[in-house]
Amino acid sequence: MTDPAELDRILAAHATREGSLLPILHDVQAAFGHVSEAAERAIAQALNLSRAEVHGVVSFYHDFRVAPEPRPVVKLCRAESCQARGVEALAARLPADGPVKVETVYCLGLCSVGPNAMVGDTLHARLTPEKLGALVGGLA
Amino acid sequence: MTNGGMNKTVRISDDALALACGADAVAAAFEAAGCTVERVSSWGMHWLEPLAEIDGQGFGPLEPQDVAAVLAGTSDKGIGPIAEHPFIASQQRFTFARAGKTRPLSLDDYAAHGGWAGLARARELGPEGTIAQVMESGLRGRGGAGFPAAIKWTTVAKAPATPKYIVCNADEGDSGTFADRMVMEGDPFMLIEGMAIAAHAVGAAKGYVYIRSEYPHAIAKMQAAALAARPHIAPFEVEVRVGAGAYVCGEETSLLNSLEGKRGEVRAKPPLPALEGLFGKPTVVNNVLTLAAVPWILAHGGAAYADVGFGRSKGTMPIQIAGNVKYGGLYEIGFGITLGELVEVVGGGTASGRPVRAVQVGGPLGAYHPPADFHLPFDYESFAAADGLIGHAGLTVFDDSVDMSAQARFAMQFCAAESCGKCTPCRLGSTRGVEVLDRIRARSGRAADAVEALPQIHNARKAARTLDDEIALLEDLCETMKFGSLCALGGFTPYPVLSALRHFPEDFGATTPATEAAE
Repeated sequence: MTDPAELDRILAAHATREGSLLPILHDVQAAFGHVSEAAERAIAQALNLSRAEVHGVVSFYHDFRVAPEPRPVVKLCRAESCQARGVEALAARLPADGPVKVETVYCLGLCSVGPNAMVGDTLHARLTPEKLGALVGGLA
Repeated sequence: MTNGGMNKTVRISDDALALACGADAVAAAFEAAGCTVERVSSWGMHWLEPLAEIDGQGFGPLEPQDVAAVLAGTSDKGIGPIAEHPFIASQQRFTFARAGKTRPLSLDDYAAHGGWAGLARARELGPEGTIAQVMESGLRGRGGAGFPAAIKWTTVAKAPATPKYIVCNADEGDSGTFADRMVMEGDPFMLIEGMAIAAHAVGAAKGYVYIRSEYPHAIAKMQAAALAARPHIAPFEVEVRVGAGAYVCGEETSLLNSLEGKRGEVRAKPPLPALEGLFGKPTVVNNVLTLAAVPWILAHGGAAYADVGFGRSKGTMPIQIAGNVKYGGLYEIGFGITLGELVEVVGGGTASGRPVRAVQVGGPLGAYHPPADFHLPFDYESFAAADGLIGHAGLTVFDDSVDMSAQARFAMQFCAAESCGKCTPCRLGSTRGVEVLDRIRARSGRAADAVEALPQIHNARKAARTLDDEIALLEDLCETMKFGSLCALGGFTPYPVLSALRHFPEDFGATTPATEAAE
């Protein structure tokens, strides 16, 4: 749940910044795992925006979630350089609804050692079926 | 374990790529063996990461269990003196002169290796003298557009409005590129120095570095560096801002909207950001590599930089060799080296050992080039003349197992996923492009659909479409996107699509040569 006191603390921390909406949203998502409707309302109030304006920003960017994701998230790069190094063959073997949420990311900047994935801030390069399987709880 | 590690200093990169390849475990193994480990920037020889340097000798790619043999002198992973390795020795490293040699966040290392000399020189020269040096260097925007940096700076310097901003575009979203990341993670003070020089030249007090959220290590290093560098750049200040997973925010006006806390929608130009940029104020928006080249130019003089290069492309370019390639990494050299040299000689051909079929140059919006284009010299004009672009100088190599119609479809799919939605050719054209390519890939053709068949829709085609008709439709759509889109996302997506179609028509089942080829 979105804790109002923590939300107030985040809003206060950014009060004097110019263009503070994205930093606020990053902090809210880091604290609560998603940007809830209640958080959108509070942010809109603090920044003198409409909730529609805040939601428009939340929904524009791939990083922000409007609902919490209970499963661990693995971001698998499926951009061209990882394609050239065989990521699609790995992706075809991902379980349909496994214990881990696998999201597509376009490029982690490790394009000479792909296929690559990121879990939290930890990067994994030179993925083999075994290495990816260990990250996602087994491949098909 | 041998005690041969006593008193030895081992240098291992803490760049994100080295970490992803397991550098921390290797570093821990050296420390456990009694060595002193220094975490430095990456040399850019990525196939050798994690690479360890001991007294100038390189060993890689290492795993923790290799450490004992390395220290005992019996390892077969030695590559000899790193600085003399052909991959390094054949480069002209200006921007990456410190790569592999300094600890990224050490102000002492930075100063000892020529840091702050450019800013000191800029302060001696004054704003106009500083811009004159950049003008003489011929430096062009390294983000892809290739616009002369000094002209942009002059526009901002002469703009009457205040305050002015320096914005560093570090939203390096192109697949096949990682030079910005390597600058920020390996030599962050150089970028800050470049921004400080730009600020001095145009009269800005505040700078922002907009870094994509997929680069957490670069974000952490830049935040630490911005704090540590404060006394050196005051009264100028640098703040790090983090993107949120939108590729289109690498487009400068979209980036500015994002910095302002808005949806990352592209702005129509004019007004130019140089006159009405961040918060409507005069703003220099430059790519990481553009700003990172500036300290060298000031320290060594614009003329020295312009001595290197080819035609109107002056200086060096940090080229990123990636994808299915044997020796991938960061290769900085003067413009003019041929594409074939980069792929076959420097890159050593494919990692899979199969023949090279295509090289995408310039990221997801760059053209696919066949080996027949390997004679092209690497510079802005030569690639433009070959219906391509060098973009941010990333090369993604593909072997002969690639299906080029699938790559064309991916280009459209990527554009559809990342379009900001502001202009119709990009927002709708990309989705229609995926559909047309699906039909082409299925070799299906199609009859007029229910709506097209209506008599009221009198402009719609009533006859069935053959495969060749579908290909002509795709070309027509690409033309609309190219000339009708507001920014390079929709405008350049036709490059990968049409180049794939033109150079590899057999993958599209084309029975007649693509019309572009006949022009």
